[in-house]
Amino acid sequence: MAKTSKDKHEVETTGHEWDGIEEYNNPLPRWWLWVFYATIAWGVWYTIAYPAWPMISGATQGYLGYSTRANVQVDIEAAEAANSQINERLASVELASIPGDDELAGYARSAGEAVFNTWCVQCHGREGGGFVGYPTLSDDSWLWGGTMEAIHTTVTHGIRNDEDPDARYSAMPAFGRDELLTKEEVAQVVNYVMSLSGEPQDAQAAEAGAEVFEYNCAACHGEDATGMVEQGAPNLTDAIWLYGGDYDALYETVWNSRFGVMPPWRERLTEAEIRAVAAYVHQLGGGE
Amino acid sequence: MADDKMQKPPMPASATGVGDRPKKKTFLDRHQILERNVTLLAIFAFLVVTIGGIVQIAPLFWLENTIEDVEGMRPYTPLELTGRDIYIREGCYVCHSQMIRPMRDEVERYGHYSLAAESQYDHPFQWGSKRTGPDLARVGGRYSNAWHVDHLRDPQSVVPESVMPKYGYLEERLLDGQYVEDLLATHRLVGVPYEDAHVENAQADFRTQADPESDFDGLIERYGEKVQVANFDGRPGISEADALIAYLQMLGTLVDFSTFTPVASR
Repeated sequence: MAKTSKDKHEVETTGHEWDGIEEYNNPLPRWWLWVFYATIAWGVWYTIAYPAWPMISGATQGYLGYSTRANVQVDIEAAEAANSQINERLASVELASIPGDDELAGYARSAGEAVFNTWCVQCHGREGGGFVGYPTLSDDSWLWGGTMEAIHTTVTHGIRNDEDPDARYSAMPAFGRDELLTKEEVAQVVNYVMSLSGEPQDAQAAEAGAEVFEYNCAACHGEDATGMVEQGAPNLTDAIWLYGGDYDALYETVWNSRFGVMPPWRERLTEAEIRAVAAYVHQLGGGE
Repeated sequence: MADDKMQKPPMPASATGVGDRPKKKTFLDRHQILERNVTLLAIFAFLVVTIGGIVQIAPLFWLENTIEDVEGMRPYTPLELTGRDIYIREGCYVCHSQMIRPMRDEVERYGHYSLAAESQYDHPFQWGSKRTGPDLARVGGRYSNAWHVDHLRDPQSVVPESVMPKYGYLEERLLDGQYVEDLLATHRLVGVPYEDAHVENAQADFRTQADPESDFDGLIERYGEKVQVANFDGRPGISEADALIAYLQMLGTLVDFSTFTPVASR
């Protein structure tokens, strides 16, 4: 048996033989062996050329001086340099003049859209469509004003947040929870507010609610309930509702009040980015 | 068979070649000396493993030296640490990374690239390896607490294209922080620099952070000005949502990059 296998394959054996079974000594293919040695050499070179070994005082730097941190810095600086001229102009001109300046407005529209879709879209929705509790930005109804200055201030400092002392702030009292109004009075004023833009649930209650409104709500929402931008108090005579305009949603709003928070963006975004996104929001539909 | 073996004793490979032509001793032939002597083989194998071990393991003892010293980093508060446990329990890391790589697109989307020091108190770290959802390394302060509540309850209500499951039940599950001292003590055991005061006051700190009406001066004193005290989920009681949102809202907020510039060579 051993003989036949030897005849068939002209390959050296290792000389080992057990029960007539011999072990061939097939050498590794040369090309494979050399690739193997080459990878070892490459591995050694790599750890010398690139940052690799943690040593007693910091890691080895590698003689190529490669650094991902330096690379990303270069990339960012290149991008900033490419836009620096227009960004500087955007950051320094009169805010109100941006929408009228074709070059700046065009740039701000695309740059602002990029900022909006990165940082704002999660609350305000695609193209400022908004969600329940997160204002729509594509209409002409503004809580805190829709001029370039007002939008710029809102984006810079945010609303009712703890981080920025200059954040816009107002707090509607929780009329029910804090026992400023009785259940009946809340129901009346809710009906009155519903009657301003549509049909109240109970016409009689709505009439009584006018008085409750005058004493409790008019100070911020105005005698005619058209709102007050300085207080962030919404217009109650239109059909636009941030938290819903049905009886239950309005009752909840009056009873517990609402406290929408927007973060400040002055630390995360540059002045040019804030202006760009303000201009983008301004042109979505209802900029003043 | 035994006969066979007697007739053909083992011979060196070079001598069994076809035709028995004379051959020079190669490196591999000499290697057979090792292969055929078990003591030598053991000694040399031990040497090779020792060298390999030193090369691979020794640098890990100096790993600390490669982490830069960054101002502002602090251990997690008890509530945040609990939230982190919920983050791990729910498998958030399967879809969300916590590692902003030093690339322009990532830095522009998520903020400053992550530093090693920012996960120095993470056991284990939550860098993750895959993003089905966005990176969360700097999600802190990016949204309001109310947004997190809405989003956990029904992610599609604010991000229609999201594939994230609903986590509304976290609001229903209340926590009493019964074992939070042990949690801190365990983290101290693996190297997080909690002091005795941190561990002793863990339960109190756990409760006060979720209650803006409480006296939270001690909490601020122990963990610093940047601790956010709020009723995160807007509901009575401390729920798992409170803890998770407290954790999310502090992610990536501790290092002030307006005053700190990382060394490029790190």
